[in-house]
Amino acid sequence: MITTITMYGIVIIGLIFSLIKDRQKTLKAFKVAWKAFLNSLPSLIGILGLVGLILGILSPATISRLIGSESGFLSTITASVIGALTYIPSLIAFPLAGSLLRVGASVTTISVFITTLVMVGFVTLPLEIKILGKKFAILRNVFSFIIAFIIAIIMGLIL
Amino acid sequence: MIEQNKMPENMVQKQKKNQFKRWLLPIIIALLFVILFIFDKEKGISSSEVTWNYFKEMFIILPPVFILMGLIEVWLPKEKIQSWLGKGSGIKGILISIGLGTLPTGPLYVAFPMTATLLKKGASVKNMILFLGTWAALKIPQLIIEIEFLGIEFALLRFGLTLGGLLIIGYLIDLLLKKDKESQKIELEKLIVN
Repeated sequence: MITTITMYGIVIIGLIFSLIKDRQKTLKAFKVAWKAFLNSLPSLIGILGLVGLILGILSPATISRLIGSESGFLSTITASVIGALTYIPSLIAFPLAGSLLRVGASVTTISVFITTLVMVGFVTLPLEIKILGKKFAILRNVFSFIIAFIIAIIMGLIL
Repeated sequence: MIEQNKMPENMVQKQKKNQFKRWLLPIIIALLFVILFIFDKEKGISSSEVTWNYFKEMFIILPPVFILMGLIEVWLPKEKIQSWLGKGSGIKGILISIGLGTLPTGPLYVAFPMTATLLKKGASVKNMILFLGTWAALKIPQLIIEIEFLGIEFALLRFGLTLGGLLIIGYLIDLLLKKDKESQKIELEKLIVN
């Protein structure tokens, strides 16, 4: 909710300034926006479907069963794969992670789950490639995946 | 912009082919939905519900995102972006990237169009990786939820380590992408122009 309000707030203020300064340029801004939107539309629709399929099959209950209460390295790997594949809003992800931590999942597993969840986006990859280019998108995701493990291992050692 | 009917025959053909390629992903997903409905109707229904919910979220948040992208495109001059976020922007660029990323502004895919515009206008790859990373992993509202459910130690430690990690991968990717700056640029032009 707050995010939506912030976004609309920023844009409305920007638009008011833009309209006062130059109508023609404002119109051009809308044209650019519309073009970029149309170009991203197929990927956006694809992503929506992909998110639905993955979350419909991998419900929070299934995820907690998979990551489970074991603290072995295998569950850390599983957590990283689930984190990279799924796209879950933080309002659902953090309570889920918290409850898993309480039932006995290790700090490393939970940390890797959260970091991959927020930083690695398999479902949004088609869109990211479309907008930012193949190399940029793939490098960003791969490095984020690797760094998630490093962060998680350090966190496991400290906490 | 060239009108469709003024295009040479082979270009029209090429465009048709591109159209198909563009819609390939949604078509595959639709087929997967059909298969899921046939084999497991219950999962098919829950998948459709999830899709519908995200559809609503996305189409509420996307209009301002793309308009903001357009405004950046027409208003912010290249030199400004370059000096704020470009190669020589140093610590200032890093701080601006982190500052922009931590604002409460929605899911990561929202940041892609803006990143593309900033890159096109001369922001460095390093700063944009930092921007996307903080946007994804270190947003303030998200941090508050994290402290609530996972504790302040966990949240702060993850915050610090992620920030360090992002600086490292930003630097690495910048280095790796240096060679094909040009192809990157063409990719970005395509999004806005075509």
